[in-house]
Amino acid sequence: MHKNKENKVLDIKLDAVSKSLKQSIKNLDSYTHVRGESLYVDDINIRQGTFHAVVFDAPKAHGKIKRIDYSKAEALEGVERIFTYKDVPGENEIGGIIPDEPLFAEAEVHFWGMPIALIVAESEFIARKARGLIEIEIEDLPVITTAKEAKAKGSFINAPRSFSLGDTEKAFADCDYVFKGETFSNGQEHLYIEAQGAYAEPMENGNIKVTSSTQGPTAVQKTIAKVLGIAMHKIEVDVTRLGGGFGGKEDQATPWAVMAALATYHLNQSVKLILNRHDDLRMTGKRHPYESTYKIGLTKDLKILAYQTEFLQNSGAAADLSPAIAERTLFHATNSYCVPNVTTKVLSCKTNLPPNTAFRGFGGPQGMFVIESAIAKAAHEIGVPTRKIQEANLLDENDTFSYGQIAKKVEAKNTWDSAKNIFNTEALEREVAAFNKNNASFKKGLSFMPITFGISFTNTPMNHARALVHIYLDGSVGISTAAVEMGQGVNTKMMQIAADVFSIPIEKIKIETTNTTRVANTSPSAASSTADLNGKATLMACNALVERLKTVASEDLNVSEKDITLKEEAIFVNGKKSELSWTNLISSAMLKRVALTENAHYATPEIHFDKTKEKGHPFAYHVYGTAITTTTIDCTRGTYEFDSVKIVHDYGKSMSEGIDLGQVEGALIQGIGWMTMEEIAYNKDGRLLSNALSTYKVPDIFSVPKTVEVIPVETEGNEMAILKSKAVGEPPLMYGIGAYFALQNAIKAFNPNYDLQFHAPMTPEKVLMGLYENTK
Amino acid sequence: MITFILNNKTIKTSEHSGTTLLDFVRYQQRLTGTKIGCREGDCGACTLLVGTLSNDTVEYQSITSCISPLGNAHGKHIVTVEGTNLKDKLTTAQEAMNANYATQCGFCTPGFVVALTGFALSNSDKNYSNAIDAISGNICRCTGYKAIEKAAHQVVEKLENKTETTLEWLIENQFIPDYFESIPKRLNDIAAKDLNQPKGKYVSGGTDLYVQQADHLADNNVHLIAEKDYLKGISIENNICTIGTNATVSDLWNHTELNTILPNLRKYLKLVSSEQIRNMASLGGNLVNASPIGDMTIFFLALNSTITILNSEEKERTIALKNFYQGYKTYDLKDDELLKSIQFKLPTEHSFFNFEKVCKRTHLDIASVNTAIHISIENETISEAHVSIGGVAAIPKYLHDTSAFLIGKPLTSETILEANEILQKEIAPISDVRGTNDYKRLLGRQLFFAHFTALLPKQFTLNDFIPHA
Repeated sequence: MHKNKENKVLDIKLDAVSKSLKQSIKNLDSYTHVRGESLYVDDINIRQGTFHAVVFDAPKAHGKIKRIDYSKAEALEGVERIFTYKDVPGENEIGGIIPDEPLFAEAEVHFWGMPIALIVAESEFIARKARGLIEIEIEDLPVITTAKEAKAKGSFINAPRSFSLGDTEKAFADCDYVFKGETFSNGQEHLYIEAQGAYAEPMENGNIKVTSSTQGPTAVQKTIAKVLGIAMHKIEVDVTRLGGGFGGKEDQATPWAVMAALATYHLNQSVKLILNRHDDLRMTGKRHPYESTYKIGLTKDLKILAYQTEFLQNSGAAADLSPAIAERTLFHATNSYCVPNVTTKVLSCKTNLPPNTAFRGFGGPQGMFVIESAIAKAAHEIGVPTRKIQEANLLDENDTFSYGQIAKKVEAKNTWDSAKNIFNTEALEREVAAFNKNNASFKKGLSFMPITFGISFTNTPMNHARALVHIYLDGSVGISTAAVEMGQGVNTKMMQIAADVFSIPIEKIKIETTNTTRVANTSPSAASSTADLNGKATLMACNALVERLKTVASEDLNVSEKDITLKEEAIFVNGKKSELSWTNLISSAMLKRVALTENAHYATPEIHFDKTKEKGHPFAYHVYGTAITTTTIDCTRGTYEFDSVKIVHDYGKSMSEGIDLGQVEGALIQGIGWMTMEEIAYNKDGRLLSNALSTYKVPDIFSVPKTVEVIPVETEGNEMAILKSKAVGEPPLMYGIGAYFALQNAIKAFNPNYDLQFHAPMTPEKVLMGLYENTK
Repeated sequence: MITFILNNKTIKTSEHSGTTLLDFVRYQQRLTGTKIGCREGDCGACTLLVGTLSNDTVEYQSITSCISPLGNAHGKHIVTVEGTNLKDKLTTAQEAMNANYATQCGFCTPGFVVALTGFALSNSDKNYSNAIDAISGNICRCTGYKAIEKAAHQVVEKLENKTETTLEWLIENQFIPDYFESIPKRLNDIAAKDLNQPKGKYVSGGTDLYVQQADHLADNNVHLIAEKDYLKGISIENNICTIGTNATVSDLWNHTELNTILPNLRKYLKLVSSEQIRNMASLGGNLVNASPIGDMTIFFLALNSTITILNSEEKERTIALKNFYQGYKTYDLKDDELLKSIQFKLPTEHSFFNFEKVCKRTHLDIASVNTAIHISIENETISEAHVSIGGVAAIPKYLHDTSAFLIGKPLTSETILEANEILQKEIAPISDVRGTNDYKRLLGRQLFFAHFTALLPKQFTLNDFIPHA
């Protein structure tokens, strides 16, 4: 680790981080991951006679199907059968929130890539070849690709939502400064490296087992049952692990699993459907693009008195999770700031793009980008550094969010001030200014990015989970929960909880696959809440077992239960090790016919939200942090590098420092990707142009910031978080927003005539155009 | 029969030689550690090592198996992640990934492990920069790479800055299992004869063809030429450099003399794809791909190269590369002809060569605009000039007018500004996914200026071309 000149505070902090990383638990899956032995859906041994499937999809974004001829495809040797909506025995409907999305198109197609049929053949190769032989004729209907067009045509998913606090209109009149503007943030492809896929197998009595790469096994089970018109108990969904999800497999893993199950239902044979990358990119939705307008009002002392926005969410051709995502945009519209008068409105606009969906941050990042843009615009117009406005408005204890929740245990100022002090940002700013003065062809830019992110599903009824814990008679332990492991390390955290409660080595604990027959009716692994919800349930189950075991031990040792503790695989009485070991205790419990299995249910307390009033207390707690980003632009070429991102992050009391740091770094880079190089492009006909990895670029190892320093803020954590270790999956993504504004500041340093625009991502193209706009 | 060693096992197969190595390894051999991410060489999840017998040692290189024909494995040692595993413990590369939290979802991880193991086995200097180059073609969507950087540091540390590693040392230090020691002899014993090949589509490295038409190639005859000796080799004689069209980008990278003649060669080539792709991609393939934006094409156009073409009757003809391209993806090559070699006159002490490329992502991306220049200066006057530019026309463009204009002119900013005016008339960019027409024009100008600020930093700065900078 490099040493920082004249910054001993930072060195001490970095040393502490480095030490904690050495001691921190490693991801329990690492061993098989690095050996290539972890099993993903495409890796499991398939049964003899398994068929392979490929999806035939719409080659137009909007139109009436006039004619489809499958005859040549059906005649191809090795093609077993082609399934369409006509083969659906139940409902041809997969919409989760709103029933507005067919599994297979019927009379019309609504987006380019919309599934029309499933080709099942002896091999994927044959199925793909057959797809090329299908003839289709479509009568064009008008195509909408942008949210603005949709709004103009009155094309919406549902009714708009609006939050308000105070009296915005009146407050604007009292402002010394009022600015208006527009912003755009583009979509983002999830690019889980493992594409979507599922494997369905016929079981006895018409039951079907589906192995799916999904974040939401229950959604898959429920939807299969609905489409097949059979009961949920006939469908078993199993998830080994995901090769990345990021929200892209919360809702959109479902159709592929349903199609595979449908084919298995008809053929009574196993069917595998793994999308190839091009199909995945074309057929699945992405992060929602947002077109927004804002109005911000400030007083002379830079207090934001009033803020008003209208978010146009490009939802795509069906609701998918858009209404919930729109809602979270409103929840995070004021980011880390206390604004006394707020009016926010979001319209979910129906277009002819693939239905856009969950993506890490779930609408929050889009909301935050707008207020950060508004503040940058105001700062530019007033002529003060952006950070002065940011700093003047940071949330305080007992401030009210626009949705009525009172802010408690707020760390906004704490992380901000810590970042300033630990990283000595005044010196950093001086360095940037000196560099810019001395360099004509390279410019640096710096930005501050505070974040405040609410933890819980905003749909209160979803905040529950269950854990099923077995202690086997040899003392080993098996745990099933609703948590899906997708790289976030949730399995490791579950194991840590059990190892801690039972005080046994982690080798004695196994985390089972996520399976709907063991843990039913679950919420998806999403909203950063998976470890909290499932961890709390696991903790409850383990504690219940320990209580029972203490009774057994008290009888065996003839001591009082309250004097007993479990420690180092043994039973301690009043802090002294007894002769009774963990394994013997389990044997004894077996002989005494004590249940060694526990099923616990956890539901987050305290939270509530009233959608009729748009007020309540939807979040268990908030996660806070501040990032400082520095970039250098090559003003000749318009290319750029990030020198550093320095973060003070509120982990609470992290239970797995290595895993949590990995979440912060990974989310940060994904956020930077969204803000810089990841550019989704559709043409006006609704065809995806960024349809391959050669045209859609995500960060590679050369494009990440040279230095990323993440210092934990010292807080008490929160009781609502598992072992006070706060949720960490999504919040750090929004640190990446700082990249946009650092770049913008660097452009300003080169081109005083640059017209501030808030149009993400800030690609090298936009940088170069910005550097030279309004110049001769 | 295609014959090779896969990990520790000898394979003899009559599978179609045009099927991908990835499919063979994953679905025929059930080695599922090799993952499918993109099937176009852009993610590295399917990275494998290819060991080639050279004298009595085996040289290992990493490749992306999704765009590599199975037939190219003939006579080689192919290593998957399973083939690097030790019994009941992690290898040094695996442990470095594990200890530094460099794996999250794990799907890209085997690719990184194989690439890092390939780095340990390779002939390159064992420094951090080379370690990162080795994994430059591997995309990770979870970690944000900082943990992977730490893992790379740890691997380099364990390699003790060695320039060369022996199999013995690597086995002893747990980089690879001990069966590797037997591979040179076993490859020798296989003594793979040339494959009996049908007539079919010529395929060398396959890096472009398999992106465009993998299904077609797996279903039709292919004629593999990567091992044809008469298309190989780099030679320098009488100030002329001749490069066989089968030479890979890595062959250029590794050529000592070429790196002396073009001191920034590796800097330029680093902008050309990833190490995995550089190990496979042939120069000839890049030329006949005829992409208006082919990096190596732009590179060799500015060197005013000629190409030698061979027909089925073994007759040769030589033409200027700048006359080879006729229109979008069309060129002067008949059905029975094959590119044999490319030749160019070496730069002199009075001449300067530069290559520029800008894309959305600096590495492993296709350029928005790329350009090269080779310019000779005598007495402050430009005596010879060749400028090429890609991404702004239907063909990889040799700028005839701009080049001609520069000759005989004094080397001043006025000359360069005027030349840009001509350049702008010669190009006709269109708006597409790599940028708008306006952007490409501006970028063309900027990169043209960049040639001069990069080559002659004492004489020119951005200020000389952009008044207010």
